[in-house]
Amino acid sequence: MLSYLPFFPPQGSTHAASVDALYVFFVAVTAFFSVLIATLIIVFAVRFRRRSPDEVGAPIHGSLVLELTWTFIPLVIAMVMFVWGASLYFQITTPPSNAMEVYVVGKRWMWKAQHVTGQREINELHVPVGQPVKLIIGSEDVLHAYWVPAFRMKMDAVPGRTTTMWFEASKAGTYQLFCAEYCGMSHSRMIGMVTALEPAAFQTWLAGGKSTGTMADLGAKVFTDLGCSTCHMDSAQGRGPSLKGVFGSQVTLASGDKITADEAYVRESILTPTAKMVAGFPPLMPTFQGVVSEEQIAQLTAYVKSLATAPAAPGAGTPAPAPGGAPAAGTTQAAAH
Amino acid sequence: MEASIAKPTNYLNATHGAASWFLTKDHKRIALLYLISVSIFFLMGGVFASLIRLELLTPAGDFVSSETYNKFFTMHGVMMVFFFLIPSIPATLGNFLVPMMIGAKDLAFPRINLLSWYIYLVGGLMAVSAMVMGGVDTGWTFYTPYSTAVSNTHVVMTGVGIFIAGFSSILTGFNFIVTIHTMRAPGMTWMRLPLFIWAHYAASLIMIMGTPVIAVTLLMVVLERVLHFGFFDPTRGGDPVLYQHLFWFYSHPAVYIMVLPGMGVISELIAGFSRKPVFGYSFVAVSSLGIAFVGFLVWGHHMFTSSQSIYAGLIFSFLSYLVAIPSAIKVFNWTATLYKGSISWESPMLYAMGFIGLFTIGGLTGLFLSAIGLDLHLHDGYFVVAHFHYVMVGGTLLAYLGGLHFWWPKITGKLYYEPFAKVSAVIVFVGFNLTFFPQFILGYMGMPRRYHQYPEIDGWQVLNVLSTAGASILALGVILPAFYLTYSWFKGPPAGPNPWGVTGLEWETASPPPTANFEETPIVTRPPYAFTNEDAHV
Repeated sequence: MLSYLPFFPPQGSTHAASVDALYVFFVAVTAFFSVLIATLIIVFAVRFRRRSPDEVGAPIHGSLVLELTWTFIPLVIAMVMFVWGASLYFQITTPPSNAMEVYVVGKRWMWKAQHVTGQREINELHVPVGQPVKLIIGSEDVLHAYWVPAFRMKMDAVPGRTTTMWFEASKAGTYQLFCAEYCGMSHSRMIGMVTALEPAAFQTWLAGGKSTGTMADLGAKVFTDLGCSTCHMDSAQGRGPSLKGVFGSQVTLASGDKITADEAYVRESILTPTAKMVAGFPPLMPTFQGVVSEEQIAQLTAYVKSLATAPAAPGAGTPAPAPGGAPAAGTTQAAAH
Repeated sequence: MEASIAKPTNYLNATHGAASWFLTKDHKRIALLYLISVSIFFLMGGVFASLIRLELLTPAGDFVSSETYNKFFTMHGVMMVFFFLIPSIPATLGNFLVPMMIGAKDLAFPRINLLSWYIYLVGGLMAVSAMVMGGVDTGWTFYTPYSTAVSNTHVVMTGVGIFIAGFSSILTGFNFIVTIHTMRAPGMTWMRLPLFIWAHYAASLIMIMGTPVIAVTLLMVVLERVLHFGFFDPTRGGDPVLYQHLFWFYSHPAVYIMVLPGMGVISELIAGFSRKPVFGYSFVAVSSLGIAFVGFLVWGHHMFTSSQSIYAGLIFSFLSYLVAIPSAIKVFNWTATLYKGSISWESPMLYAMGFIGLFTIGGLTGLFLSAIGLDLHLHDGYFVVAHFHYVMVGGTLLAYLGGLHFWWPKITGKLYYEPFAKVSAVIVFVGFNLTFFPQFILGYMGMPRRYHQYPEIDGWQVLNVLSTAGASILALGVILPAFYLTYSWFKGPPAGPNPWGVTGLEWETASPPPTANFEETPIVTRPPYAFTNEDAHV
């Protein structure tokens, strides 16, 4: 309903109505207090205007009851705001486990997207209506931020990190896409369109797009080309751990800690292999920093994910809930350990 | 004052010549040096603001190139934040009034005070040189890796300029703290301090604790840019988000460096023009310290979309709501002070009433941004721009102008033409709201910050045109005082010691004050704002 009012962007996602509801609540609180304060000021200033040059005010110094009242009431309202805002945050940053994944890379000054089935897009993104979509975002150069106002959602693209955001388009249509984090000269031209299609139309679109192979296939090729496969063999005999069934599982590290193998961990293990060594393996792996591009990292990640469904290699630990199941608002840090 | 044949000597006419100004150790003269210099920086920042607004009149980027536009908003932010807002009230009004309000002859370290002005000037000149040589385009936030690895503009020189100016802030804060601790007149107990002093004390704490962090952070940017250290470079084990933590660890508390002294001014104005003690004095005083303390713990709310962990986000969100409470307490207390006051509608009071209204909106819209679920939409959009301008212009600038009008008769010994001042206060208020209110709407509709051009979306241009129109009105409102205040200095009627009929030690001495501030050291027997005898026995 709110989308028919001016001053609101279109509501294009399932999040939009909840964000708008919270916004309207905040506007109401702000309007109430601003009008209250402004009215009191004007009424007092008129009612108690100075009537003779020597007049002074009444000797009133304060009131503990009033002080406590206007400490306590704002505190309660603030806590309502906090809880509401925080629970909405949980809801809109925790992707459902069945989310369709799309890899996005920000690069001055364009948004490159690649679907797991291999189709690439630039400054555009096609998504199906009614299907949760999780964007796995990287940056090739500086900070960017992926913002679709109609979806009420944005996330930074951070060099050296993998970030994620998700949404579910609720209505077919095209929606503005902006880069929201200043990235230099053509920042204001780093814009595009997100097109939400009905599921059938999306399948047609997907079939019509050129694909050089799925991302997992492309990743498998990179995996072989860079020689990863010489150590990370399918069997447990490799010099490195087998990657079968690893993604999304709990990995035991040399330090004894356990970590969920998510996108950020895959990135870190490629770029800073010694940061979180898997227990039982020597630190032999060289860094691939500067060797693999952002897009290749995305493809390798897709490949490692595709191995998750393969039977677990001995010692790989128990599988954790699906990759998207954990709260993954941002992500863990990749390189700075 | 009885008529005397000899012209009384005061700090303005006690000595003459350039050296008597540029080598002065008198806090009042140094305040004037600062007043002139921050006004010049304000003018420069304002010119850039006008250029930004001109470009945004139309959706297309047709006035200047993107590179130039990016430099405009960067230089606007750098000039306004580091060289105007931060020193504005403390270095001018604070410098003039802190010793006078506590009954002291000067600040504790007059030479360091003068040094702080020179340091500020050197830093400012470096920033201006960088601007003249071609400017800088990183945004005032200098986010890495753009600032360290990509931008080919004068990042180092601007950064070093801000780094240097930071020391002037540290020295001023340090000077205020020592002065307030050691140089209070007999009888001036802590609970008799004017609220202006409490606010400056709290702001000074932030200056000395926060400023070194921004200095180190900018130094790290310079080291990374020049010597490729790799603090913020993921390919060398660094992290760009580390920069944001360091930057906001200072720059969020810096908001309180800008607004706390303004709150101090407002307390004085509200009490003075209601002729009544500030309601809940101790709550207002202590809330300044509360803001200074909690203000150091909320920096992460600038980074909700920077991929910080969900738990860090929650804690920063929670603390951001807590820091709102002391500000709310102040607003309610100022409003309650008006009740049963003897309120006169003079120009400084108009600014004070405007401040309360605009700061209320500025503060409440900050709550929108603290709600993480909402911030994910609003972050880095025009809503944020509108919010912080309501705090910094609606708050700090209005307090600065209000304070300047209030103490102008004390500083110069002359009265300005009040009707002009009233009109200009109204123009500022109207122009300000017309400039920035539409930006809240633009922000929710999705217009990102720092955009040289914007798509033709329904309503966007209309709102931008309103904003630009408002900016022209606002510009008129802030330029007018420069004329009538300057005119009054030369031609205005004498003010007398206490033209407003208010309390405070600064009003008990001549206008302009003698070099030593007081003919003899005052002895304080009453709390501040004691307008009646009943007020004096609390």
